[in-house]
Amino acid sequence: MKQLVRLGAAVLVAAFALMYLTSYLNSEQGYSGANTLTVYNWGDYIDPELIAEFEAQTGVKVIYQTFDSNEAMLTKVAQGGTTFDVAVPSDYAISKMVEENLLLPIDHAKVPNLANVDSRFLDLSFDPGNVYSVPYFWGTVGIVYNPELVGDLTFDSWNDLWSPELRNDILLVDSAREVMGMGLNSLGYSLNDLDEAHLQEALAKLKQLTPNVKALVGDEIKMLLANEEAAVGLVWSGDASEILSENEKLDYVVPQEGSNLWFDNMVIPKTAKNLEAAHQFINFMLDAEVGERNTEYVGYSTPNAESFKLLPADIAEDERFYPNAELTDKLEVYDNLGKKMLAHYNELFLEFKMHSK
Amino acid sequence: MRTKSRNFYLAPYLLWIVLFVAAPILLIVYYSFRDIEGGWTLGNYSHFFTSVYLKMTVSSFWYALLITFFSLVIAYPTTYLLTKTKHKQLWLLLIIVPSWVNLLLKAYAFIGLFGTYGLTNELLEAVGLGRHQILFTDFSFVFVSVYIFIPFMLLPIYNSLEELNPSLLHAARDLGASAWTTIRRVILPLTIDGIKSGCQAVFIPSLSLFMITRLIAGNRVITLGTAIEQHFLVTQDWGMGATIAVFLVIVMAIIMLATGGKRRGAR
Repeated sequence: MKQLVRLGAAVLVAAFALMYLTSYLNSEQGYSGANTLTVYNWGDYIDPELIAEFEAQTGVKVIYQTFDSNEAMLTKVAQGGTTFDVAVPSDYAISKMVEENLLLPIDHAKVPNLANVDSRFLDLSFDPGNVYSVPYFWGTVGIVYNPELVGDLTFDSWNDLWSPELRNDILLVDSAREVMGMGLNSLGYSLNDLDEAHLQEALAKLKQLTPNVKALVGDEIKMLLANEEAAVGLVWSGDASEILSENEKLDYVVPQEGSNLWFDNMVIPKTAKNLEAAHQFINFMLDAEVGERNTEYVGYSTPNAESFKLLPADIAEDERFYPNAELTDKLEVYDNLGKKMLAHYNELFLEFKMHSK
Repeated sequence: MRTKSRNFYLAPYLLWIVLFVAAPILLIVYYSFRDIEGGWTLGNYSHFFTSVYLKMTVSSFWYALLITFFSLVIAYPTTYLLTKTKHKQLWLLLIIVPSWVNLLLKAYAFIGLFGTYGLTNELLEAVGLGRHQILFTDFSFVFVSVYIFIPFMLLPIYNSLEELNPSLLHAARDLGASAWTTIRRVILPLTIDGIKSGCQAVFIPSLSLFMITRLIAGNRVITLGTAIEQHFLVTQDWGMGATIAVFLVIVMAIIMLATGGKRRGAR
């Protein structure tokens, strides 16, 4: 027993010593409480050089942490163990965070570069008036396909997916809103449709797609499509740009009936300690030149009109990732359907998956 | 004095059971009576007995049965031969070692092996059998699950075969029993406890498999585990997820009671 107590005491002493040592080392390097900024972003979603530049410009030390799903991010912010100053959730996660009181309003006076952002990407349904969030990157949902394997199909229409030639050759993302949205869009309905008859019609139509569906998968879809495991895949444009850079044979298209328009926006979580630096960071990222470099590094579509002007022509004129005005008008942001309707969408999606055989 | 100190040593275990066994089950039962908006309801249970979930239940049981059956068919003879070898501890270790590797890594490895251009298909192509779809089929799902669960089947069977007194086998042979009769009348009845606990250790977790259903079966096999995952992580319909979990807990309890029976000491 005595030995046990002694051992426990030794562990405690060692732990405190280490804690003191880290705090000492941190303050040596300038990581003191008032002078740090904790940024919580998706993995590999920023040009690291820009962080160094921001540090040099402002004297603020950036602690950069990453997450791999909105749900994981939400849980960690809600727990409040870490003081995140800036986070980058997607649209639906933002409305959820607003609902749950997890965000602080952004002081627009401190973010003059907000004027650089294209007005098309401001004041959207998930955050009216951009009280809590400013756009970081945006994208669409569309189809990655292998032109060598699909014959004449061009996927100008969602209905091309139902072609009998594509038997057992389509991979779908395992996500209710995207798949249900595809079904609704293919019938010409809105992907935020609440009409039960329309939803049932979409489900019936999706069930007819099952012979063509090889699998519904998660993040692996990038690897599987790049390895040509299937000819066609339903993916987010961000994933598409990664897949296309891995395998140059493949192409990406957003069907003409319309699709989803998604956003990753910068927000200030309630846990923020360094509000001043958080605003500085958001403003810095919205700078025209900084935004341009970040866009080239990350490869997603920038909402920043001034950065867009600076982009090299081959990126800016790529209609796959910067669709023309006509198509952009048909893109829709996911509305927050409310828990009950979202559960219903998921229930229908589950029924579609059950039909898979 | 002695009982007091004994109670004192019992405290951590009691605390453990209350915190990590009783409390979670009670919480699950509690949530199963809440609807998505936080009100009290019985709706989750009536919803469970609709065609979607019943179909899912049937298919979960079917696949769990298949996985258990093939694990047993492969593990039993293997273990029997294993106990006859010279370095049985080493062989046992070699069979157990893969279970030290993270499940997710193994699943990803199988995606590579079973892919259209993966090793297996290259091999089939080389022997002239042509490429086949292996990934995202029932076969690949059952195969990978069996591979993952075999150590859990093997260990209890190994233990019961180890305890088997070899002189009983010699006696059976001396008395003129054929090999088949020896197996049927002596070896199997004496190792039935190992088989039972092996089957429990495989059947129960395979009922609620979820990650492999997505990675290896591409969600073309939907189990109750998949539905629970979706309800908790995506839909945030904790009530429905908890209801399925309650159902699974009840089924598992029934299976334990049905197959547990009396232990050797009581016989």
